[in-house]
Amino acid sequence: MTTGAAPARVYLDHAATTPMLPAAIEAMTRHLGRTGNASSLHAAGRVARRTVEESRESIGATLNARPSEVVFTSGGTEADNLAVKGLWWSRRRRRVLISRIEHHAVLDPVVWLMEHEGAEVEWLPVDELGRVQVEGVREAIERDPDSVAFVSLMLANNEVGTLQPVAEVAALAQAHGIPVHTDAVQAIGQVPVDFDALGVDAMTVSGHKLGGPYGIGALLVRRETDLVPLLHGGGQERDIRSGTLDTPATAGFAVAVEHAVAAQPAEAERLTVLRDALVDGVLEVVPSARLSGDPVRRLPGNAHLSFHGCEGDSLLLLLDARGIDCSTGSACNAGVAEPSHVLLAMGYDDERARGSLRFTLGHTTTRAEVDTVVAQIGPVVERAMNAGLQNVRKVS
Amino acid sequence: MRVLAAMSGGVDSAVAAARMAEAGHDVTGVHLALSRNPQSYRSGARGCCTLEDSRDARRAADMIGIPFYVWDLAERFHADVVEDFVAEYAAGRTPNPCLRCNEKIKFSAVMDRALALGFDAVATGHYARIVDGGLHRAVDPAKDQSYVLGVLTAEQLAHALFPLGDTVKDEVRAEAARRGLSVAAKPDSHDICFVADGNTPGFLRDLLGDAPGDIVDASGTKLGEHDGTFGFTVGQRKGLRIGTPAADGKPRFVLDISPVDRTVTVGPREELAVGSLSASAPRWCGPAPDGEIACGAQLRAHGAEVRAAARLDGDTLRVTFDEPVGAVAPGQAVVLYDGTRVIGSATIDAVDRVTQPV
Repeated sequence: MTTGAAPARVYLDHAATTPMLPAAIEAMTRHLGRTGNASSLHAAGRVARRTVEESRESIGATLNARPSEVVFTSGGTEADNLAVKGLWWSRRRRRVLISRIEHHAVLDPVVWLMEHEGAEVEWLPVDELGRVQVEGVREAIERDPDSVAFVSLMLANNEVGTLQPVAEVAALAQAHGIPVHTDAVQAIGQVPVDFDALGVDAMTVSGHKLGGPYGIGALLVRRETDLVPLLHGGGQERDIRSGTLDTPATAGFAVAVEHAVAAQPAEAERLTVLRDALVDGVLEVVPSARLSGDPVRRLPGNAHLSFHGCEGDSLLLLLDARGIDCSTGSACNAGVAEPSHVLLAMGYDDERARGSLRFTLGHTTTRAEVDTVVAQIGPVVERAMNAGLQNVRKVS
Repeated sequence: MRVLAAMSGGVDSAVAAARMAEAGHDVTGVHLALSRNPQSYRSGARGCCTLEDSRDARRAADMIGIPFYVWDLAERFHADVVEDFVAEYAAGRTPNPCLRCNEKIKFSAVMDRALALGFDAVATGHYARIVDGGLHRAVDPAKDQSYVLGVLTAEQLAHALFPLGDTVKDEVRAEAARRGLSVAAKPDSHDICFVADGNTPGFLRDLLGDAPGDIVDASGTKLGEHDGTFGFTVGQRKGLRIGTPAADGKPRFVLDISPVDRTVTVGPREELAVGSLSASAPRWCGPAPDGEIACGAQLRAHGAEVRAAARLDGDTLRVTFDEPVGAVAPGQAVVLYDGTRVIGSATIDAVDRVTQPV
């Protein structure tokens, strides 16, 4: 590609956070100047409450849940924690079934329950494409269904983008009355998501991953599902999650969910074309690179690639210096790089796990951005290969 | 120039990075994570490997307006610096881990990676100067760090930048404040960054276990007991816990450490005097000396420089002092100077004692 005018930065980290949709900014800012605690009984409170309830109804309608099943939280992490710990304490059974490729917001509370509450964690087997094996889940459940507190399985993996058989797993669990939680943070706006049809008991949604504001999310909880609350106080949100609601954020969140879901079919098609162009372009320039995750059953916006003999950190630094924002994995691991637990669970060795980059596309992504990456990746990989693998192979 | 600025989170490296950026270089800040588990290392403001230090480095980079990354060097640091440190103490020697870190980590692992990634140089906040490719003492004698950089070769120096070498510390702090860097008043780091509470004998005991033995005088008479020879350094006076005072009432010093028979030998100050030493693993900042040279020699960080004659005998450096010098601890580096210029360094292996007339 020949360069014309100096390009703006390329943003290909939509899985970390995606730009807020103009309609969501508009909805949120419209409410920022208004006063009113949604729990107050007077007129100002009623106005705020109306906004919150309309947001709740909108999100419920869009994701096919009843309004009362939408429990607002501070974001995805809180919703995951609420599902994991809330189900554990309400169920009081010893076994927890999760995959090793869950986000840390699910993984870490489960490990915490293991260490502090005596939970027995059973890790659901994952294949080399990052897909949980339904037969393994069946075996784990049927071995002793009464001892299972809950199952948690994400809808789409945040690192490699592989879609998970959540509906099948939910059907298996439901036959034994076992509640299922799914983290749908990465999926909404990318693939169709229908809470009721999935058959799960709880589902995590996050605002800023789909074009809404930071600091708000929701746990969709089936009406008949019991959850022990983590936050006690004013009794908001069905007494499951106390705390004054962020009225402007609920408004922005609802608009973002509506837009993301309405645009999903066309966006999925558009992003698939761009994503494939990115993957094909990179593989043509760097034939030794490998696509991670399921090549077909994956998020349309996810291109996770591993580069043999390179440190992901080096690749990121070099691309960053060339105006390209991407990630080595989930942003929570950034800072000090650990080999990704997801890739290790998929059977990658330390070296391949470290040499990985995740490009994630979203509503602002253009063909020009993809072309820029393809134009830059060759020299970047060559450089990073020279720098080698610092901590993997010791160069003495 | 594309410059990688190593940023510890302290005031010196922050000002060094700021100066490089102000000079128009394309600067990228990198904080080195040297511990897998940062909490296990020193907390507070005295070290350079805590989460708080990483945050301070990031905030300094924000203020300077440069990209910032954390590089994980924990495994390399553990293998090349911490294990060497422990092994040296276990062998009855007194290592200098800062020097080893400069040799193996900052100007080797980090510099190699930086150069491979397309950087032209690595800048640090060390107090030393590079003049015509040669390493020289800093203008601030109280802060001079040329001793711990004496292990660098000409090739490493060719890609090193020490922007603070011509400035005194007080001015660096004032400049940091002027630049709005929040680390301007952060205390200097002392001690050893990977020893969490500054208690080196405790750190070593945790790793090496108790190895009790005797404290004896030169004639072999037992004067006391110790928990492990690794708690001692040649020349040490404090902490000997000897019950019986010397016949002459004078203080006693550690003369010799023998981990094999777990013996620490002590004696009066006069017996510490050293006339010459031999040292191994020489490293030259420029050309190696040809024949015997008259030079200055420094035997520990912040130690005084003494006059000496040095010659290279195969891979062994032999240094003879013009006047006998006090305590010399094997494991430390002898760094040779020609005026302010560093000639090179080697690790002290053995000393020849001269007993001065009392």
